[in-house]
Amino acid sequence: MRMKLEWAGTAVILVSIFVSIVGSVTGSAQESHVGKLIGNAKRGKALYERYCIFCHGPYGDGRGESAPYLDPKPRDFTKAVFKCRSTPSGSLPLDSDLYDTISRGVHASGMPSWKPLLRQERVDLVAYIKSFSSAFEEEKPGTPVQIPPEPPSSPDSIKRGAELFQSMNCWSCHGKDGRGYGPSAATLTDSRGYPITPFDFTSGTRFKCGDSDQGMFRVLVTGLDGTPMPSFETAMTPDQRWDVVHYIRSLHTSKNKHTQVKPEVKNETQGQ
Amino acid sequence: MRIGTFKTTRLPLLVLASLLAGLQPAHGIPAFARKYGLPCSACHEAWPMLNNFGQTFKDNGYQLGNDRDAPIYQEPSYWPIMFRTTPMWHRENNNRQAVDAVPGSGSSGLVESSVTTSGFDLGGLDVITAGTLYKNISFFIQPFIGNSSINLAQVWVRLDNLAGSHWLNLKLGRFELDEPISQERSLTQNNTGALYYNYFFTPPGDRNFFAGIGFPQLGVELQGHSDNDSTRYSVAVVTDSNGAAGLPANQSADVYANFNQSFEAPWFGRQQVGVYGFFGESPTYFQTNGGTPLPGTGTGNRSFYRLGAYGHWYVDKFDFYTFFMHGYDNVFLGNSVASNQPFNLPLGAAGPVWNGGFVEGHYNPNPRLIFLGKYELTRMSRQANLSIPSNAGNSDTWTAGYRWYPIMSPRAGLAWTQEYSRIINAGAAPLSGKADIHDSYLMGFDFDF
Repeated sequence: MRMKLEWAGTAVILVSIFVSIVGSVTGSAQESHVGKLIGNAKRGKALYERYCIFCHGPYGDGRGESAPYLDPKPRDFTKAVFKCRSTPSGSLPLDSDLYDTISRGVHASGMPSWKPLLRQERVDLVAYIKSFSSAFEEEKPGTPVQIPPEPPSSPDSIKRGAELFQSMNCWSCHGKDGRGYGPSAATLTDSRGYPITPFDFTSGTRFKCGDSDQGMFRVLVTGLDGTPMPSFETAMTPDQRWDVVHYIRSLHTSKNKHTQVKPEVKNETQGQ
Repeated sequence: MRIGTFKTTRLPLLVLASLLAGLQPAHGIPAFARKYGLPCSACHEAWPMLNNFGQTFKDNGYQLGNDRDAPIYQEPSYWPIMFRTTPMWHRENNNRQAVDAVPGSGSSGLVESSVTTSGFDLGGLDVITAGTLYKNISFFIQPFIGNSSINLAQVWVRLDNLAGSHWLNLKLGRFELDEPISQERSLTQNNTGALYYNYFFTPPGDRNFFAGIGFPQLGVELQGHSDNDSTRYSVAVVTDSNGAAGLPANQSADVYANFNQSFEAPWFGRQQVGVYGFFGESPTYFQTNGGTPLPGTGTGNRSFYRLGAYGHWYVDKFDFYTFFMHGYDNVFLGNSVASNQPFNLPLGAAGPVWNGGFVEGHYNPNPRLIFLGKYELTRMSRQANLSIPSNAGNSDTWTAGYRWYPIMSPRAGLAWTQEYSRIINAGAAPLSGKADIHDSYLMGFDFDF
């Protein structure tokens, strides 16, 4: 009898080890890496069901129970199209991009900052979010865009930026005064066909993809995938993009004129 | 002047009865879920118990900080109000209750007998309206409608993020102190297990006006926290009235402070440690008119304090609260003697000293289910005088139960709960002086909308 129990115990241990190994192998495709942290999709699933499912839906398609009442609509993860990235337009984001969005939240939307969650939990969420689309298994994220050192803002820089704002037709969506009421504004939709409102640069509202000047510069390079905001990677030189950044800053609030604004929220993964 | 006559064996029961009479359901606030489209589980480990996201939201003045916080962004029809009640069936048993030897015959003498009551019941109605009056101005109003009474449990306004800093938030009104573990958010509701007894403990024979950190207090609170709530502090200055309006005691002020720090332990999750303390003075006598005390004229203040440490430990889907309290009341408070009449102090009089604590564990396999267990104790280490049995005031409480949430949405919440709890009050049996044991079982629906 005792022999049988020992055999049963051994069998249980072996099965457990086998399950662990299989689990770790199959789980590797659904990992995420942010700094030294490794995210696990299985743990991320439990977190997703607690925090995210009611907006983004059980299938990650943005059709959660609360979605009909939200504007803008929650992101559809199955499309693997993300606004806030450090990678070129049309490419997948880095894990750290998704992590930063979760941490920062998306201003003027229903997406809050999830910074109260542990860093490990946020990395786990990234792993699970990636599992909604096969694109993350089939492709690699793009190479992060390089951001050159920022020249100091000046009246000349702002003036050049204002001219670019007009010549690049930014005004057609954002309006001549940057308030978001350009002639095209009413007709704009996102990639899912939902109406979308151009950003009002004068509102003082924090920017969706980060508040730093570097973040704004990056958006001019990457564009906001899934929205009408294109990439200006080839249409402008780096210096011109800085000029536009300085001009937008001058619209932000009058007190920021001619000064470089200190970022309100730093990305936790910057420099990693 | 000896203000009260001490009845060692009856006092704990009276205290218990008064606490239970004032017991109010804890709260989760689906009004916030409706406002932001988030489920209960976003803010609650299992409602009403907050998780760190919910605690941060609360500490931010019920704001997510996504520029949708001020009422101006809400649908005009949105009304930040919620109701909560608990239709239930419960059974209570007291093993040594004093009863007439012959029922109905008041002259037959008293004997101790086991008394059991059971049946369907209601837990009263909690009404909460709370949210933001404007960006960075939050409020909270909580009327409680009991089965035979109505009172304002909490009413406060808070100025949030003063000078643009999370570290400066100022609250004014009647509010729940920033307790180590919120009494208002207890996961249990049965008659013996719902309370954290250490929060309400008063030593045998004591007549401190302050009755415990578990009661909402009237005053002002300065609170601050880091961006992700990993570091928190609060300092409250409250009028020594135990939260009662109308300045019934006197105009002295008590101070409560709490500090906690969280950190991330690899493989385990969030860990939190903290310290707290309540320091105050309470009147020992009043000016009188014909011997009747005049409200608000309390004087002869004597000091008391409660202080301790606590922790909240996560191990994957398990979490544990550990809590310790050390308490002291001045000798005049402990013996219910006016400080201007020290000759009335009994032989061997001393300021009562006691210790207590609890361990509460949860297993939360998913957002819809939580199992809980709790053990709490109080131990007197020095009684107020020699006539008090050394074990009077000691108690042990065990509680076990679970809550299942079949409905959890951004609109409402429904929980099915089953709980059992037992408290043993040493030496509290009214006639024999033996241990008094109270068992409580409860099952019911706890819902809010």
